[in-house]
Amino acid sequence: MIELVLARYLYFLILALLAIGLYGVLARDNLIKKIIGLTIFSTSIYLFFIEGSIQYGATAPIIDERGSDPLLYVDPLPHLLILTAIVVGVGVVGVALALTIRLYRRFGSLSEAEIARMLDEEHGGTR
Amino acid sequence: MSDSAALPVLPLLPLVIGAVVALLTALWRPSAARVVAVASTGTALAVSLVGLVAVSDGGTLRHELGGWAPPVGIEYVLDPLSAYLAATISLVGLLIAVYPPQAAFGCDPERGQPLHALVLLLLTGLMGVVLSGDLFHLFVFIEIYALATYPLVALGGDRGVLASLRYLLLGTVASGLYLLGVGFVYFSTGTLNMADASVLLADLSNDPATLGALALIVIGLALKMALFPLHVWLPDAHASAPPGVAALLAAVQVKAAAYALLRIVHDVFGPAYVDQGGLSVAVTLTWFGAAGIVFGSVMAIRQPDIKRMLAYSTVAQLGYIGLGIGVGTPLAIVAALLHVLNHAVMKSGLFLAVGGILDRTHLKTIARYAGLGRRMPWTMGGFALLSLSMVGIPPLAGFWSKWYLIVATLEDGQWPLAVVIGLSSLLTAVYFLRLFERIFVMAPEEPLVAEATEPRRSIVAPVLVLAALVVIIGLGQGVLVREVLLPIATSLAA
Repeated sequence: MIELVLARYLYFLILALLAIGLYGVLARDNLIKKIIGLTIFSTSIYLFFIEGSIQYGATAPIIDERGSDPLLYVDPLPHLLILTAIVVGVGVVGVALALTIRLYRRFGSLSEAEIARMLDEEHGGTR
Repeated sequence: MSDSAALPVLPLLPLVIGAVVALLTALWRPSAARVVAVASTGTALAVSLVGLVAVSDGGTLRHELGGWAPPVGIEYVLDPLSAYLAATISLVGLLIAVYPPQAAFGCDPERGQPLHALVLLLLTGLMGVVLSGDLFHLFVFIEIYALATYPLVALGGDRGVLASLRYLLLGTVASGLYLLGVGFVYFSTGTLNMADASVLLADLSNDPATLGALALIVIGLALKMALFPLHVWLPDAHASAPPGVAALLAAVQVKAAAYALLRIVHDVFGPAYVDQGGLSVAVTLTWFGAAGIVFGSVMAIRQPDIKRMLAYSTVAQLGYIGLGIGVGTPLAIVAALLHVLNHAVMKSGLFLAVGGILDRTHLKTIARYAGLGRRMPWTMGGFALLSLSMVGIPPLAGFWSKWYLIVATLEDGQWPLAVVIGLSSLLTAVYFLRLFERIFVMAPEEPLVAEATEPRRSIVAPVLVLAALVVIIGLGQGVLVREVLLPIATSLAA
């Protein structure tokens, strides 16, 4: 067990971040904390891809005088995917913050439960 | 570019170009953006139909994006399954574009407001999902359609903004889980290409990493398609979105995730993974689908608000699709695919009819709809026909997908599922017949209803087209099933 943890400690770290992020999204009431949780959750997935592509003693995949032995180079594809995923993630967080600002201006609160309660009171007499 | 056909990428182009052009024309004149939307969705529909005919012999067309050959490059794949869904998506897109923006979005489009651009971007994402042949590319398209959805849901006032934010949080978790699963697939097989991965994955069916990948992908996509019990975001988002957006979301947006689920579970992972015995993916999808059918129908009966009722009914109808994917026999997949089309036609028609009601009366509560049938005979006639199809009255379209599903479950020896499907038809009948009594039998009580008139022709026309389609699909389903769906299902289930 100890050897497993030592050999794979980064994966345990990623798993912990994933759980913390998920807890933040699902269990916290504050909208900003939810968005922070979402960011931690996404970051753990980025880390997973980067960790998976690590190769000790290897360098950037630009073929030089050392030849084309794949063991000498890091797999570039996960990095590429994560670059795309980060860009997508920035867009998502941007939209999330815009919606939160819209709610805060309207209700003066960042608490999801509070906002839902105010909405229910307002729409009590639905048409 | 050896043997690389252009057709698989063509249905995408009018939509993505249209999105940009609509964004720019909205700065000049919002009504011009609508013309752009009609033109681009119409072109996409025509191209999709050409594609459907081109692959009707069961062939597959592939396009190597940028000339990079797979498995290194990204490829677009047009096979009968994706062509069928591409045609469905662009058909619904066209009808939403024709529908007047004021009723569709609940507000008059202001100059520069990118309403049609967002709809076209949403359709681009959906089209990309069904045409992509690459697992990561699929993730990107999922995020494109999701990012276009959030602002459209937020059009529904304060409640819409909160629903949109809640959907964003869960939707991003869903695509995150999917991406994590794709990561496991990549590190196990070294490929992201679907065709390539399906070959390599077949030998790894006892590997915990690939099984974990399948679990993560299934959970992520089930959350995206709102399969019970991961449906929690759907009723709020669909009920608070304006009618045109709700129609688009219920009709095709959740179906894109259903397509991805079907494609990845049956095509990429294949039978070695699906039927592992014990608590396999097939069993899980089947029983959660069945639970969703009952839960959604019961919740729909309890809703006083018409849009919430339709939203919960969507949860139930997605249960049928999940159940069909789970049972996984060719006939069950035929039923699921037919139900994708049927539900797209029925639910978009119902939401558009509700858009007509809201446009004329601004009433959302079912209890106040008494006598509406006399004031709006055409809209409510279409509404009635679509509802009867939802209940499953033969020979309307909705009957056939339920019928095939019942036969498939019986053939598979799972009679409790057949009972659930039959029972849920009764529950569906309860919530629609309750509505019929008010609309058609009772006399108008509300002054707003008593003065209501038939909505504009551009509202009534899409509703009637969809109502007619319910009859046409119902009568012509034999041809559709024999020529298109059965070959797809046989090749998937094999």
